[in-house]
Amino acid sequence: MEYITPLWPAYPELFLLVMAGLILILDLFISDDHRVFTYVLTQFTLLGCAVLTFLTSNAEPIYTFNGMFVDDLMADVLKLLTCVVVIAVLAYSRAYVSARGMFRGEFFTLTLFATLGMMVMISANHLLTLYMGLELLSLCLYAMVALQRDSLQSTEAAMKYFVLGALASGMLLYGMSMIYGATGSLEITEIAQRAADGDYLSAVMVFGLVFVVAGLGFKLGAVPFHMWVPDIYQGAPTAVTLLIGSAPKFAAFAIVMRLLAQALGDDILVDQWRQMLLIMAVLSMAIGNLTAIMQTNLKRMLAYSAISHMGFMLLGILSGTTEGYGSSMFYVVVYVLMSLGAFGVILLLSREGFEAENLDDYKGLNQRNPWYAFLMLLVMFSMAGVPPMVGFYAKLLVLQSVVEIGLWWLAVIAVIFSLVGAFYYLRIVKLMYFDEPQTQVVLKPTFEVRALLSVNGLAMLILGIAPQPLMVFCIEAVRASI
Amino acid sequence: MMHELPLLSLAIWLPIIAGIAVLLTGGDRDARVARVIALIGAVMGFVVTLPLYAGFDIHQRDFQFVEIKTWIETFGVYYHLGIDGISLLLILLNSLTTVIVVIAGWTVIQTRVAQYMAAFLVLSGLMNGVFAAQDALLFYVFFEATLIPMFIIIGVWGGPNRVYAALKFFLYTLMGSLLTLVALIYLYNAAGGSFAMRDLYQLALPFDLQVLVFMAFFVAFAVKVPMWPVHTWLPDAHVEAPTGGSVVLAAIMLKLGAYGFIRLSLPIVPDASIYLAPMMIGLSLIAVIYIGLVALVQSDMKKLIAYSSISHMGFVTMGIFLFNTQGVEGAIIQMISHGFVSGGLFLCVGVLYDQMHSRQISDYGGVAKRMPVFAALFMLFAMANSGLPGTSGFVGEFLVIMGATQVNFWFAFAAAITLIFGAAYTLWMYKRVVFGDVVNPQVDALVDVNAREFLALGLFAILVLVMGLWPQPFANLIHTSVSELLAHVSYSKLPLPAQ
Repeated sequence: MEYITPLWPAYPELFLLVMAGLILILDLFISDDHRVFTYVLTQFTLLGCAVLTFLTSNAEPIYTFNGMFVDDLMADVLKLLTCVVVIAVLAYSRAYVSARGMFRGEFFTLTLFATLGMMVMISANHLLTLYMGLELLSLCLYAMVALQRDSLQSTEAAMKYFVLGALASGMLLYGMSMIYGATGSLEITEIAQRAADGDYLSAVMVFGLVFVVAGLGFKLGAVPFHMWVPDIYQGAPTAVTLLIGSAPKFAAFAIVMRLLAQALGDDILVDQWRQMLLIMAVLSMAIGNLTAIMQTNLKRMLAYSAISHMGFMLLGILSGTTEGYGSSMFYVVVYVLMSLGAFGVILLLSREGFEAENLDDYKGLNQRNPWYAFLMLLVMFSMAGVPPMVGFYAKLLVLQSVVEIGLWWLAVIAVIFSLVGAFYYLRIVKLMYFDEPQTQVVLKPTFEVRALLSVNGLAMLILGIAPQPLMVFCIEAVRASI
Repeated sequence: MMHELPLLSLAIWLPIIAGIAVLLTGGDRDARVARVIALIGAVMGFVVTLPLYAGFDIHQRDFQFVEIKTWIETFGVYYHLGIDGISLLLILLNSLTTVIVVIAGWTVIQTRVAQYMAAFLVLSGLMNGVFAAQDALLFYVFFEATLIPMFIIIGVWGGPNRVYAALKFFLYTLMGSLLTLVALIYLYNAAGGSFAMRDLYQLALPFDLQVLVFMAFFVAFAVKVPMWPVHTWLPDAHVEAPTGGSVVLAAIMLKLGAYGFIRLSLPIVPDASIYLAPMMIGLSLIAVIYIGLVALVQSDMKKLIAYSSISHMGFVTMGIFLFNTQGVEGAIIQMISHGFVSGGLFLCVGVLYDQMHSRQISDYGGVAKRMPVFAALFMLFAMANSGLPGTSGFVGEFLVIMGATQVNFWFAFAAAITLIFGAAYTLWMYKRVVFGDVVNPQVDALVDVNAREFLALGLFAILVLVMGLWPQPFANLIHTSVSELLAHVSYSKLPLPAQ
């Protein structure tokens, strides 16, 4: 370990921290009329952060802060995507939050701190760093869910999120302490070394593993730890739901990778957690898809859809191969893009005093505005995994990774539930295309939303026709880091 | 040089690009522009397939007009196209049908014209892709992607119960193909990371696995054909779909299933195919006979033709699983012929429906008195549907029955019975609709076919006659390909016992 800690691998985080603090102070001196300045500054901060991440990226993992922090290719890719996705989230939400009196400094600083939390999680090489990032993210999100102070539903959702989130953090922390007890180290690379040498207390380790997996299950929103997801998705203001449903999935994926694949990725341990993940994956796909059918609220439906997608994503991880991890990463990236598009359309259709969250609000969208209906159609077919949309390749890759290790029956279960899932995505298409509109309100999004949504929707098709670059990106990033 | 142009890519992408161009014309304000662009696109799509026919070497055993490009490198997937005689015929049929569909929908469709035309053009390109794909994943992508435009076509421009029909169509066919996906991934791993069909053809698989893979393929393709007992989506989809949708569905989409059996099931898992052939023939015979009887009692014309389609497709699956030259060639000829005949019949019903807004046989009677030209064309298609010698319907059925006699006399006997049923339901419907006295005053007000309808029906009619009277060129095209296919099936692909 070098004596003088190099700071440069952490430049993006440091920059983000400084800017977040700066914006927090600056915003105090900005009147409501000029609040857009905060918005622009926030976007530039995130952009700068993305650029810095790109500039400091390197193929070989670099450890710094006494091995507490790692900067590897997977971290770079995920952080870069996190920044880009948060930029998109803020752009989509702008009109929505201004119409609801949430266009305030808190919204932006909390978003920035949440992003910082995600980035710390992604780059953690130490269980404490990881936990710190996780808490920073979670605390910001709890506050953001409750940002609409007068809304009973939001307050309830925030309470629920906080209580369950704290419980999950407790479990994770407890599991981490067990792992520390078993191996005598909190550093991920160190734990991996001890695990490979067989230098650990097996019983304590397995005990800790169970708690860690449960904690991760909570954060991912996988069954049976999924109860918070639908309530929070529905209760939170849609802009916040969009944030919760998008970028944090990268961070959650990263900590799953760090804890399970890196720290506890030894073959004996993989066999231990594979069983748990397998049950979680099957249950998530089953309950997520079946329950989603019953929903009449689109946000709630997308919450259950998120649960089922996380189940799919777990398939790649439980394969325990580098290709499997890579395909999970591809799945997460694709999922976040899809979820961004779907919530983007919800935000587009919502206007002052009206939340477009009931399925019936989408009736006849094709007659009102064919272009947005088409974009939503692309997103929905992508979520259903119908080629040539990119969602198909995401499913193909994770299915390939489980068939490769001989679990072809698991692939059969997965495709059966994805058939169930196809029904409720098709229902959205049906509402938009086959039904008559109930309202003739003209949609007037700003140019940036229009452009962004178009790029987002068309990405489903374009990435589907040429999936190679993104796939290589993900698989190579994982290969270089594991 | 003709061959240097990527003709197959053109056949796939030209209609799709034309479809996008049509979409860009926007809403219904410029409906005329949309129609004209669509027609140009469809005709061009057909024209680029003609050099395929002209440049096709009927003695060549390998795939022709091959194009290979790396598509997804990490996954070993190639954009690999190539055709044999079977694909060529289907591509020609598909591209021609698209032109006819565009003409048939010219004035009938008045709402969201651009989207209607675009959906058909995109669908046409995708189906050409299915027929030309030489990489199993590429095949699968095209195969699945066809569901999207068809779903929209049925759901947006369909009849009163269109939502139910569209969802049923989509979910039924998706159910089948998802298991195929798992089977394909399995084969991909078994082949050491390749989706190329020629690699999969070389694969030695133990018998029980062959059966599993066969069953996975079977679910997908049987739903698509559709074979009894997974046929129930078809009558719903046909009845609710707009005329153009029914034509494409019957003329081409059903062939995707039969084509899948020919291209994937037979060569990849020949031992399982032979082992399960009695089951396949049994199911086909049930379709031929039982569904034929079901067709007899239908009161809705479209439903009747839909059931008749299932019955005729039974001949196709039966022919394929006879594993002899007559059987397989008969099946393919029957596929093409059924495309013309059912396409023509659905167009006929469409012509009547556009004026009367009823598909009930009982609402008609005496149509011949008001629409003599129409009645004559309708007669031709009805005769072809009953398998009258001299029409295309006869050739395929005759060959399949000949093939069946070589395998088992009773198969042939059972299949031949259906010629009687086929004649019964088709001609009885024809009699009730076209002949007799005019009872319904609405029938009295019918006007005969206009030039556009005549053109659409006439094209199919000519093909029905040409193929019926002179089937030789069609048979020549597929002869080498069929013998190549049978060569694949003729030797066992079971792994040799370890030394």
